[in-house]
Amino acid sequence: MTGSEELIKEKKTIIEARNVNVFYGHFQALKDINIIMKENTVTAFIGPSGCGKSTFLRCFNRMNDYIEQFHIKGEILIDQKKIYWKSVAVEELRKEVGMVFQKPNPFPKSIFENVAYGLKIHGVKDKNFIEERVVKSLKDVALWDEVKDDLKKSALALSGGQQQRLCIARTLAVEPKIILMDEPTSALDPISTAKIEELLFDLKQKYTIVIVTHNMQQAARISDKTAFFYMGDLVEYDDTKTIFTNPKQEKTQNYITGRFG
Amino acid sequence: MKNMTNAQKNKLIDNAFKVFGIACTFFGLIILAILIFNIVEVGLSRIDWDFIKDLPSRRAQKAGIYTALMGTVWILFLTAIIAFPIGVGAGIYLEEYGKKTKWASLLEINIANLAGVPSIIYGLLGLEIFVRIFGLGGSLLAGSLTLSLLILPIIIVSTREALKAVPSSIKDASVALGASKWQTIWNQTLPASIGGVLTGVILAISRAIGETAPLIVVGALAYVPFAPSSPMDEFTVMPIQIFNWVSRPQHEFAVNAAAAIIILLLFTFMMNGVAVYYRNKWQKKIKW
Repeated sequence: MTGSEELIKEKKTIIEARNVNVFYGHFQALKDINIIMKENTVTAFIGPSGCGKSTFLRCFNRMNDYIEQFHIKGEILIDQKKIYWKSVAVEELRKEVGMVFQKPNPFPKSIFENVAYGLKIHGVKDKNFIEERVVKSLKDVALWDEVKDDLKKSALALSGGQQQRLCIARTLAVEPKIILMDEPTSALDPISTAKIEELLFDLKQKYTIVIVTHNMQQAARISDKTAFFYMGDLVEYDDTKTIFTNPKQEKTQNYITGRFG
Repeated sequence: MKNMTNAQKNKLIDNAFKVFGIACTFFGLIILAILIFNIVEVGLSRIDWDFIKDLPSRRAQKAGIYTALMGTVWILFLTAIIAFPIGVGAGIYLEEYGKKTKWASLLEINIANLAGVPSIIYGLLGLEIFVRIFGLGGSLLAGSLTLSLLILPIIIVSTREALKAVPSSIKDASVALGASKWQTIWNQTLPASIGGVLTGVILAISRAIGETAPLIVVGALAYVPFAPSSPMDEFTVMPIQIFNWVSRPQHEFAVNAAAAIIILLLFTFMMNGVAVYYRNKWQKKIKW
C-alpha cells in the first residue's frame, strides 16, 4: 500500500485550494480550506450534512455561481489556473470539470442525444465523430451492451442505475480532466451502486475524481484520499487508509466510527 | 343523528359534500348548456355560406359577417405575432435571467396586477398611444397592438409558470456540461416547457378575439363596407358586429347575432381545444 501512496505523491497536482472561504450572505459555509489533489486519484469528501462538502465540490466547476449571496474568498487553481479569475470562461472550465449529480438527471431526450449533447453545445458538427464518441462513452460506463439497440429510446425509460451511468457517460463524452460526483449513488440500489463503484476504478486511469459521499464504506472502498469536513472546517485530509485506520483528529475518529453525524 | 356512530356521521357528511359538489359543477354547465341551446335554436338555421361570405347590409336578410370574420382573423394573426415573441421573451427574461431583487419582485407584482386591469383601460391606453401618438388611426395594427398589451401579462405569467415547471436538475445538468445560459434555455428548458408556453399563448389569444370594449375605444367600426386587406386598414371584429346587431330593434338582426355568436363560439372552442390537445400531448410525453 505504501507503494501506491508514494506514487500519488509523485503525481501532478491538478486541483489546489488556497485559503478558501465561502459565504452565503453572512453565513460562513467554508473556513480557510487548503487542499491539494493529484491527477488520476479518487478523493472522497465525507462529513455530516451541512458540513460544506457539497459546497466545496461545487466550487471546482463554479456551480455555486447561481446561488444568491454566494461569495468566495481565496483561490482555487485547476491545472495551475485560477478559476475564479475574472477572465475565466465558466463554460470552458466546465468542459474540463464535469459533474455527476445526486439524483440521475438525464435530459428528456433519446439516449444518443443525451450523450451527444455536450459535444453539440461545444460546437462539434462532425456526425461520425459524435457517433464514435457516444459509443465510446457508453462503453466506458459499461452501458453499451444494455442500450446499443435502443439508442433512440427516451433516456427516461432507463432504470435509475442505468440513468446514472448514462449521466456519467454524458460527462465523459466531452472528455473532462476532472469529474465531480455529488453523492452519485445515494439514490440507487446496492447493485447499481456496486456497478458505479467498479466504474470509478476504471475511470481513475484517465480522470481525476472527487466524490462526496455519506457512505463511509464507499469512501473507504473507492478513494485514495479522504477529506473529512465538519462545520465548514477541513478537519483532516489524508490517505484514505490512514483516515479510516489511524485518524489523527478525535472528531474524525468519532465520525467514522459512527459516534455522531 | 344521535344514535349514529362516528363513522356513519362522517360518511353522511362525505356524501352530502359530494352531492353539493356535483350540484356546483352542474350549475355552471346547465346555464352554459341553456345559453348555447338557446343561441343554436335561434341562429343555426341562419348560418349558410352566404352568411359567411356576405358583406354587412342594412337589410338583415342580406347581411353577412364576412368583414367582421376577416377582421377577427387579421386581429388574431397580428396579435399572435406581436404578443407571442414579446410575451414569451419577457417571461424567459423574468424567469431565467432576472435577479431576484426588490425591483424584480415589484415588476412581478405589477405584471400580475396588469392581468386584472379592466380591458377598457387598455383601450384608452391604445387610443392615446397607438391611435394618436403613433398616428395609426383606427387600423388593424392599432387594434392588435392594444390587444397585445391586454394579453401580454397573461402570456408572461403562463410562460413563467411553464418554465418553472422544468426541474432545475435538467438545467444543472446542461450548465454543468458547459452549456451557456442561452444554450440551456434553447435546448432544454424551452423544449421541455413549450407545451405549457403554447397553451398559455393560445388561451390568451382566444381571450383577445372575444374582446370588444378596447377595440371600440381604439375605433373599430360597427360598419365597414369592405374586408381589410392590410394592417393599416379600418376594421371591425365579430364581437362588435354581434353587439351592433343585438342593439337593433328588428328580430331578424337578433337572429343574425345568434348566428354570429355560434361562429365566434366555434372559433374559441376550436382554439381552446387545440390548447388542451397540446397540453395533454405534452403531459403524456414527459413524466419527471
